[in-house]
Amino acid sequence: MSERQGPRRQHYLNATWGLKSWLLTKDHKRIAILYLLGITVFFFIGGLFAVLIRLELATPAGDMVQPDTYNRLFTMHGVMMIFFFLIPSIPAVLGNFLIPLMIGAKDLAFPKLNLASWYIYMLGGSFALWAMFNGGVDTGWTFYTPFSTTFSNSYVIATALGIFILGFSSILTGLNFVVTIHRMRAPGLTWFRLPLFVWAQYATSLIQILGTPVLAVTILLVAAERLLHIGIFDPALGGDPVLFQHLFWFYSHPAVYIMVLPSMGVISELITAFARKRIFGYQFVAFASIAIAVLGFLVWGHHMFVSSQSVYAGVVFSFLSMFVAVPSAVKVFNWTATLYQGSISWDTPMLYALGFIGLFTIGGLTGVMLSTLGIDIHVHDTYFVVAHFHYIMVGGAIMGYLGGLHFWWPKITGRLYPVFWSKLSALMIFVGFNLTFFPQFLLGYMGMPRRYHAYPEEFQVLNVMSSAGATILGVGYLIPMIYFVWSMRYGERASSNPWGAVGLEWETTSPPPSHNFLEPPTVDHEAYDYVRRAQEQRVA
Amino acid sequence: MISDAKPDRQTWGLDHQFDSVDQQRESSFLGMWIFLVTEIMFFGGLFATYIVYRGQNTDGFVAGSHELDITLGAVNTAVLIGSSLTMALAVWAAQTDRRKATVWFILATILLGGVFLGVKVVEYGAKFEHHLVPGPEFHWPGPEKTESVQMFFNLYFLMTGLHALHMIIGIGILAVLAWLAWRGVFSASNHNLVEGVGLYWHFVDIVWIFLFPLLYLLGRSG
Amino acid sequence: MSVHVTPIRVYLLIFGALMVGTLLTVWAAFLQLGAFNDIVAMAIAVTKATLVVLYFMHVRHSTRLTKITVVAGFLWLAILVGLLLSDYFTRGFLAG
Repeated sequence: MSERQGPRRQHYLNATWGLKSWLLTKDHKRIAILYLLGITVFFFIGGLFAVLIRLELATPAGDMVQPDTYNRLFTMHGVMMIFFFLIPSIPAVLGNFLIPLMIGAKDLAFPKLNLASWYIYMLGGSFALWAMFNGGVDTGWTFYTPFSTTFSNSYVIATALGIFILGFSSILTGLNFVVTIHRMRAPGLTWFRLPLFVWAQYATSLIQILGTPVLAVTILLVAAERLLHIGIFDPALGGDPVLFQHLFWFYSHPAVYIMVLPSMGVISELITAFARKRIFGYQFVAFASIAIAVLGFLVWGHHMFVSSQSVYAGVVFSFLSMFVAVPSAVKVFNWTATLYQGSISWDTPMLYALGFIGLFTIGGLTGVMLSTLGIDIHVHDTYFVVAHFHYIMVGGAIMGYLGGLHFWWPKITGRLYPVFWSKLSALMIFVGFNLTFFPQFLLGYMGMPRRYHAYPEEFQVLNVMSSAGATILGVGYLIPMIYFVWSMRYGERASSNPWGAVGLEWETTSPPPSHNFLEPPTVDHEAYDYVRRAQEQRVA
Repeated sequence: MISDAKPDRQTWGLDHQFDSVDQQRESSFLGMWIFLVTEIMFFGGLFATYIVYRGQNTDGFVAGSHELDITLGAVNTAVLIGSSLTMALAVWAAQTDRRKATVWFILATILLGGVFLGVKVVEYGAKFEHHLVPGPEFHWPGPEKTESVQMFFNLYFLMTGLHALHMIIGIGILAVLAWLAWRGVFSASNHNLVEGVGLYWHFVDIVWIFLFPLLYLLGRSG
Repeated sequence: MSVHVTPIRVYLLIFGALMVGTLLTVWAAFLQLGAFNDIVAMAIAVTKATLVVLYFMHVRHSTRLTKITVVAGFLWLAILVGLLLSDYFTRGFLAG
C-alpha cells in the first residue's frame, strides 16, 4: 500500500515509448487504452448520426433529408452504436484493464490474442466505415430479409462483413476473460470473494461465446444469398424470412445483456464504494448475472410477435421474457438495500450509479410491458420501443460505462479530473437523457411509428422536446471528453486509492506498474469488506 | 516477472503471465474448448436451418440426397475418421517424446485430409455437370418442387463448403505443426500445441460425422 | 495435473468402433424403418461423436470444467433448435 509518488516512478504508461510500443503491446492495460480510443471514435460517429436524426425530426415535414437518406442515418446510428460502441465498450475497455488487476493476475491468460482482438475490431470497424463513406446501408441495424438480401441497393455486404469480423473480436475477448477468471485468480481469491464486476464480466463473456457464432453464420447466409443470388431466406425461392429473424435474435437479444450486464457490474462496484458498505446479498447479485445471461437466450421470440411466428411460440416467449425481470429486479433491490444506512458520498461516479438505477428501472419496467404479448402488438415498431431500449442501452449501459470511466480514471491515468465539470456533465447527461427519451414513450404510446423521417403535426411538441434534450445530452457527452484529455496533462496526481475503495486494483499504484503488482497479492477476506477496512484505518 | 530468470521457463515453454506449467496447460485447453464451443454454435446455426427447411421441404430434400454419391460419402467418412486416428497418434507420439513419429503421424493426417478434399472436388464437379449447383443454372427434372431441391443443395454446398474450409485451414495449421515437430519444439513436457490442434481436427471430424447421415443417408429407404 | 497418456490400443479400438458405426449407419439407411430411419441414423452419429469426444479428444480424462464446457456447447445448441422448433411445430395448430 506504500505510495511511491513523483514523476520518476515507472508504470505501464511510461515503461516504454513510441508508437510501436503501443501497437505491438501485449499489456492488457495498454490494449484497454487502444480500445478506448477506437470506441470513442465510433461513439462520436454514431452520435453524429443521432444529431442528424434529431435535427430532421425537429419539424414534422421531412424537409432536411430524403427518406432514403433518413433510412441510412438511423441504420448507421444503430450499427455504429450497437456493434462498434456498446458491445465492446465496457468489456474491452474497463474489463480489459480491470479483470487482471481485480483478480491479482499479471495479465490476461492470452495477451497476444488480446492484442489480436483489438486489430480484428479495428479491421471490422474499417469495413463498416468504408461502407459508410461510400453511402452507407439502409436496412436498419437488424438486416431483415428479404429487404437486405434482395431489394436494398446499399452497402449491405461490406457492413455485414464488418460485423462478422467484429464478432471474432468479441468472441476472443469473451474467451480470454473466461479462461482468465477461471485460471488466473490470486491465491485465496475464491469465486465468492470476486468483485461483482468480475462476475458480471464472466456472465457477459458467456453470452459473447455462445451467441456471437450464430450471428456470424446468419450474416454469412445473408451475404451468400445476396452475393450468389441463391434463396436461403427468400420466400420466392422457398426460403423463410422468419427463420432469419429467429437466428438473428438468438444472438441479438442476448446481445442486449452483453451491453447492460457489464454496466450492472460497474454499478455494484460504485454503490459499495460510495456507500462504504458490503453489498446486500452478494451471492444473489452474483448469480443474478449468470441468470440474466442464461435466461437471455430463452426469450428472443419476443422481438417477433408480429411476424408470422406461431402464436403458441409467442405465448411461450412472452412468458419466458418476464422471468428476466426477476434477476434484474434482484439487482436493483439489492443496490437499493446497500444504500440503506450507508455513509453515502456524492462523488461523480456515484451520480452516474444513482442515475443508472433510476433509468434502468424505467427501462426494465417498460420492458416487462413490451414482453406482454397484447401490449407489444399495440406498440410494436413505435417510439415506445425506441424509448424503452434507449433507457436500457443509453440510460443503462452508457451511464454505467461513464460511471466506471470516472471511477477508474485515476487508476488508468494516475490523474484526477475536475470535480465541478464532471458533476455538471453527469447532471446534464441525466437531464438531457430524460428530456430526449421520456417524450418518446408518450409519442410511441400515441402511435408514432419509428423509422419515418416525417410525422403528423400533433407530435411536434414532444419531438421538439426530444431534440432539445438530445442537444443537452450531446453537450453532456462532450464535456467529459474535454476534461479527460485535459486531465492527462494538467490533472492533479491521483493517489493509489483516491476513493478509499476496497479491491485489489486499489492496492497497486496509480497508474499500475507493467506487471500490475510489485508483490503478487494474496486474498484472505471477502469482497467489499469496508468494515475491516475501517478497523484497519482506526488502528493506523 | 522475477521467475523469468529461472531456466525451466524456457524448457517448459512457460509464458510470463502464468505461474506454473499446469496453469498454462489448463488455460490453453480451456481456451481451446471454448473456441470449439463457438464452432459448435457456428455450425449449429446451419444445422438448425437444415432442420427447419427439411421439415418444410421433406420430399425435395429426400430427392436431393438421392443425387449424392453414397459410396464416395462413406469412403470419405472412413478417410476422415482415419485422419482423426493418425492425429490422435501424433498427440500420443508427442506425449511420449517420439519426435520422428510425431512428424510422420502429422504428415499422414495431412495426406488423409487431402484425400478427403480431393474426393470432395470430384463430388462438387459432378454436381456442376448435373446442373445441381444453386443459382440460375440450377435445373431439376423430377416431380419435386425445384425450390425445395435447390434449398437442399444450398445447404449441401454451404455446410460441406464451410466444413471443407475448416479442413483447409486445419491442413495449413498441421503443416506448420509438422515443421515445428521436425525442429524438435515438442517434447513430453511441452506438447500443448499438438494437443490443441488435435482437438480442432477431431472437431472437424465430428461435424462430418453428422453431415454424412444428414446429407447422404436420410430418406434413402423411402 | 499429470498428463494422462492414452495407450495406442484404446485409439485403435475406438477407430474400429467408428468404422463399424459408419458401416452400420449406411446399412441401416436402406432398411424400411419409417420414421425410425432418422432416429437410428442420428443415434449412431451421436454415439460416434461421443466416442471421438471422450477418447480422441481426451474428455474422459479431463477436468470437470472441460466436461461442463463441452456439455454447455451442446446444451446451447439444443436451446437454439428447441425454441426454434417451438415456433415451426406449432404454426399449423391454429389452422388445423
